[in-house]
Amino acid sequence: MSFMPVILWTDALILALLAGVLALVWFIRRHEHLRAPWRNVAQRPMAMGAALVLTAFVAIGLLDSLHYRERLPDSPPDAPQYSVEVLSVFDALVGELRTQQEKTYSAPLATRLYAKEFVERGGVTVRDYPRLQYGGAHLAHASEHLPDVVRRSLIGLAQGLAASLLLFGLLAAWQARRARLVFGAWLTAWWLGQLGWPGRTAAGMMALLLVLAGVIMQLAAGYHVLGTDKVGQDVLYISLKSIRTGLVIGTLTTLVTLPLAIGFGIAAGYFRGWVDDVIQYVYTVLNSIPGVLLIAAAVLIVQVYIESNPELFDTAAARADIRLLALCLIMGVTSWTGLARLLRGESLKLRTLDYVEAARAFGVSHARIISRHIFPNVFHLVLIAIVLDFSGLVLAEAVLSYVGVGVDPTMYSWGNMINGARLELAREPIVWWQLGAAFAFMFTLVLAANLFADGVRDAFDPRLGGRR
Amino acid sequence: MFAYILRRLLYAIPILIGVNLLTFALFFVVNTPDDMARLQLGVKHVTPEAIERWKAEHGYDKPLLVNAEAEGAAQFTDTIFFKHSAAMFAFEFGKGDDGRDIANEIQTRMGPSLAIALPVFVIGLMVNITFALLMVFFRATYLDLWGVVLCVVLMSISGLFYIIAGQYFIAKLWNLLPISGFAGGIDGLRFILLPVLVSVVAGLGSGARWYRTIFLEEIGKDYVRTARAKGLSEVRVLFRHVLKNGMIPILTGAVVVLPLLFMGSLITESFFGIPGLGSYTIDAIQAQDFAVVRAMVFLGSFLYIVGLILTDISYSWVDPRVRLQ
Repeated sequence: MSFMPVILWTDALILALLAGVLALVWFIRRHEHLRAPWRNVAQRPMAMGAALVLTAFVAIGLLDSLHYRERLPDSPPDAPQYSVEVLSVFDALVGELRTQQEKTYSAPLATRLYAKEFVERGGVTVRDYPRLQYGGAHLAHASEHLPDVVRRSLIGLAQGLAASLLLFGLLAAWQARRARLVFGAWLTAWWLGQLGWPGRTAAGMMALLLVLAGVIMQLAAGYHVLGTDKVGQDVLYISLKSIRTGLVIGTLTTLVTLPLAIGFGIAAGYFRGWVDDVIQYVYTVLNSIPGVLLIAAAVLIVQVYIESNPELFDTAAARADIRLLALCLIMGVTSWTGLARLLRGESLKLRTLDYVEAARAFGVSHARIISRHIFPNVFHLVLIAIVLDFSGLVLAEAVLSYVGVGVDPTMYSWGNMINGARLELAREPIVWWQLGAAFAFMFTLVLAANLFADGVRDAFDPRLGGRR
Repeated sequence: MFAYILRRLLYAIPILIGVNLLTFALFFVVNTPDDMARLQLGVKHVTPEAIERWKAEHGYDKPLLVNAEAEGAAQFTDTIFFKHSAAMFAFEFGKGDDGRDIANEIQTRMGPSLAIALPVFVIGLMVNITFALLMVFFRATYLDLWGVVLCVVLMSISGLFYIIAGQYFIAKLWNLLPISGFAGGIDGLRFILLPVLVSVVAGLGSGARWYRTIFLEEIGKDYVRTARAKGLSEVRVLFRHVLKNGMIPILTGAVVVLPLLFMGSLITESFFGIPGLGSYTIDAIQAQDFAVVRAMVFLGSFLYIVGLILTDISYSWVDPRVRLQ
């Protein structure tokens, strides 16, 4: 084999999470009462558009979670040796974006370096902005720069439009068959917005994403679309790699939160008495410690552990990964209290309802009452909390990395990008592209998550009903 | 009432002990007293004798939790935990690793923290309520819809962006205000304006949206319909009835953070170079100054518990149906 698959801890958890989500989807599809609110979510244009954007982010994040190590070319076939660099399928797909490294800063789409250097020109040494090694290297003369950019953008635009037309045609044919409509009749219904779900928004958002991808792919083949950073690495590549970190923090943290919040919250509300007292004591103590201090202490512990046990981690990626996992763990431990409190209050209410009393009178066990009667009735709260927390966690990563207790400094993350670019606005002329890219990517993900969360909350919260 | 407060304060003691034990455990798993001594002494001066001397000077030369050599009660009192934590209940925080008195430091740094946090709290509350009321006034129109969308957009922007953009545009590009720094008295005003502005804008999205749902919940109630049926104008209904009743959850929700204002904000203070308690805490985390971090954790927990008690009191004050017992 020319490569060796590597499964990092977070990779395994992400794949497990994916399997869990798929199982849940399968379960929901078979139960009409569970499908109804989701259909309601799908009917909201904002939620639909946001879901498509999130899908694009998740797809990149998943591709970036399949890791492997390449075999060193000159190692013997019977005792293969593997490179210490851990790559992902995403790295393989973007190819040269990763390896085409310049000397230092260069502006987006630039052909020349940001800093002046001594260059040989016709036997004389002059001080000038040198040409980039890769960005625009195919251009023979500077005057071709703008036409080339325009040409590539137009090709990308055309490709994106063609791809979305093709995809739309296929999806429309499939949908028309499902709805038992003639293709033309389905198209009319789609255009008039009479499908029962926001077909136009979905198609528009899909086209937008594909066109964007087309243009960026065309431009990235010849230029650094978002410029390069201090060590000359492509900012677009760094930003795309950071997606996985953001998603991991947003999802795995919730995975830690859920069992704690559900277990303690329902137990406190259902059993009351000393159980309630103990659980309330624990969460008041945890709540009253400023979160940053707890996280700082835990991250320091992990750092000390990694440094004292270097033999457990064979690559730098494995070290960074374990720190990321620890960050998710400790953020989960500090953030379960809010949901637990909510679930406690709800269970206190539910336990006095007639059907729970009846179940108890029949001698149904506590475990069964909780799993059959209490939990399904608080599940909507859990779901709303999951989607609402996600965006907050992505934003928190940036702040923690700034304080120095976030993810490993070698890891690609928007927080590390911002932290590294802290002084770039003080340069003259300023370097804005790294900060801008980090904030723009983070903003897109968080905004999509927030809009989707709103849709989910409105559809699932019975209190809001049809009021909105 | 008095008995209630007294009981709540007594209940706070086990919580504070729990907080102390937890931070103590966390920080001593990270680094033993030997590590702390090595870090403080620097690489050059590390000899076993120097470490022992440092530990003796700072009171870290005792066992952590149980002193097996001592007798009777001294088994538990003659330990690092007891010597360093019991004194906290009398607000004696001891000295930081730089030799300065922590209690003194907290006193001088509380002022700058409050100078930022208090205006942010008051102005933020007013701005958020104004925005929320405007959206409620134009409810179910496009103005309301776009107001909510704007709130979501504001919420989705990283807090760091507001600070960096504010410093770059207002301070660097347009030279309106100083980038960072602090001064006491009336001169200090120009240093305070920018952090306050940035913090208020950063909190606007989530605050206004939350208050909007509170007001909308009020507006669906029967007394509002009665008021309208009497023929009151919409503005009057909104300001006389909805605002007043909506303020109950808003104010009682705000009371819990009131004491915590003393702690300041970690990020804002470190970006704007304000010598408050927030930047003190960040410096302590980065220097691994255990004494300072523990003191800040204790102070934070104490203020949080005070906030909880104040919340209960304010509930019974605004809503006579709530009795404290």
